[in-house]
Amino acid sequence: MMKLLTSLFVGLTLMSAPVYAQSGPLRLELDQGIIEPLPFAVPSFVPDGPAATQYAQDISRVVAADLTGTGLFREISSDAFISRVSSFDAPVQFADWKAINAEALVTGAVNVSGNRLTVRFRVWDVFSGQELGNGLQFAGTTEGWRRMAHKVADQVYSRITGEGGYFDSRVAFVSESGPKDQRRKRLAIMDYDGANVQYLTDSAAIVLAPRFSPAGDQLLYTSYETGQPRIYVLDVGRVKRQELPTQEGTMSFSPRFSPDGRSIVYSLTQGGNTDLWKMDLASGQSVRLTNTPAIETAPSYAPDGSRIVFESDRSGTPQLYIMPANGGEPTRISFGQGRYGTPVWSPRGDLIAFTKQNKGRFHIGVMRTDGSEERLLTASFLDEGPTWSPNGRVIMFTRETQGASGRSALYSVDISGRNLRPVRTPDGGSDPSWGPLQN
Amino acid sequence: MNLLSKAAALGALALMAACTNNDPSALGGGGPGGTGALVPGSPSDPRSPAYFQQTVGDRVLFEVDQSTLTPAAQTVLQGQAEWLLANTDFMATIEGHADEQGTREYNLALGARRANAAREYLISRGVAGNRLQTVSYGKERPIEICSTEECYSKNRRAVTVLTGSTLG
Repeated sequence: MMKLLTSLFVGLTLMSAPVYAQSGPLRLELDQGIIEPLPFAVPSFVPDGPAATQYAQDISRVVAADLTGTGLFREISSDAFISRVSSFDAPVQFADWKAINAEALVTGAVNVSGNRLTVRFRVWDVFSGQELGNGLQFAGTTEGWRRMAHKVADQVYSRITGEGGYFDSRVAFVSESGPKDQRRKRLAIMDYDGANVQYLTDSAAIVLAPRFSPAGDQLLYTSYETGQPRIYVLDVGRVKRQELPTQEGTMSFSPRFSPDGRSIVYSLTQGGNTDLWKMDLASGQSVRLTNTPAIETAPSYAPDGSRIVFESDRSGTPQLYIMPANGGEPTRISFGQGRYGTPVWSPRGDLIAFTKQNKGRFHIGVMRTDGSEERLLTASFLDEGPTWSPNGRVIMFTRETQGASGRSALYSVDISGRNLRPVRTPDGGSDPSWGPLQN
Repeated sequence: MNLLSKAAALGALALMAACTNNDPSALGGGGPGGTGALVPGSPSDPRSPAYFQQTVGDRVLFEVDQSTLTPAAQTVLQGQAEWLLANTDFMATIEGHADEQGTREYNLALGARRANAAREYLISRGVAGNRLQTVSYGKERPIEICSTEECYSKNRRAVTVLTGSTLG
């Protein structure tokens, strides 16, 4: 049966003020297009006793994997190391790291006391011989060691790029198994890198498209458990779900939270016609936002809550439109060839990610919010359903392969179009929703 | 009503009365034999769900992205309407489906359009609206799994599923 999430308390203690102070010249400017990944070294963190040995190794491996996984950094193998780091406080031998071309160095130490685990780390700009930012420590339980590793990696990423990280985050998705005509679907949640998968529903009913609340504590999703598609809200911590109010004889699906988490926008189908509605979660009252004979679906809020981007076939084919959050005249933003769907507003507010179907191929793409500067990031038989990393730099999506043995899997791609990678899941996966950075 | 079909109808009634739920597979299953050449509940029984499914035709197909009923679809639905008017004990749920070319959300809405087009047609031929429910499965429940038009054309469908009888 379902296992409750182990609650994890990660305390954050500054060893010295302030949290972030750029001091060295080491900096990756992400908007300038990173072609050559930045070489870095993460010597195994120093354990302060036998109980910490394995954690120290594992944490340094996860930190390195997080950084390498961005495609922006390249790890230098420990085989090449000249220096050993046997004490966290010993002076760094910069010449030894320069010699192997490591531009960034991450050193750390791990303390384990009972089930309490503390990680300390420092980030070094090797060529200037300066510390990048200040040493920091994270404390939590030993069970939460991966989260602490992700927090360290987020700090390293952020200090070198000047942008927020995304490693200490989770992804909700639909776990898929079985052939296409008998597919079993279960709601699941995992760390962003595919670790710690937890199932939130069984496969008795079709479930679709989980969507995180802004705080990451709830998921909206669509389930056929009554026979009709209806929207549910699930408390992630307690794995407790509740059906949202609905009108008899209608279908509701494609929900998404407003940025303040108090309402949702969703599709409601009545008499074969699908329009957008907004529901206040406290009262359960819904109001209509669109009223056309066309299909309106896949709504997504701007991060400031002022506007909604959605998909409509009012022009004859599915295209993207933006309207005020309370309804009103929409403006069409997609004008390229083909069909556009599933628009999702970037957390930075600057871009819309979408699915595009053209000449028998599917693409994940991004465009500015006025529809300009469209760029296609992927191409395959079937790519769909983009979701943004918390920092707006990476998009995760569903890729389905064709034919009778076709299978769904999760992939991620940088918004530059580089670094396309599969995201490992135990079975097939679809409909990812990338949650916020955890506290 | 001739004797044979009367016996068959009685047999079907007995079978339905024996049902303790509205499981359509139970309704579609063969009944007790012994009413002569015509086995109630079998495809040869014109009042059986199996006959509806196989002889009248329980599904209509659609063109890519369309929910317009083709002349062939209208003929099938005309047959469904006649059957439903003659067999007023049955309710139906019309399931709308789409092929896999399209996003999940759009296909859900498209399947709903298709199911509704079939429902409206049946209503226009006299079937009471309160006997007809609709649901869309979008691209979630293909019956053919190849990724060519041959399969896609069979997946773009609205299927009229008999859901039970008012005799319950």
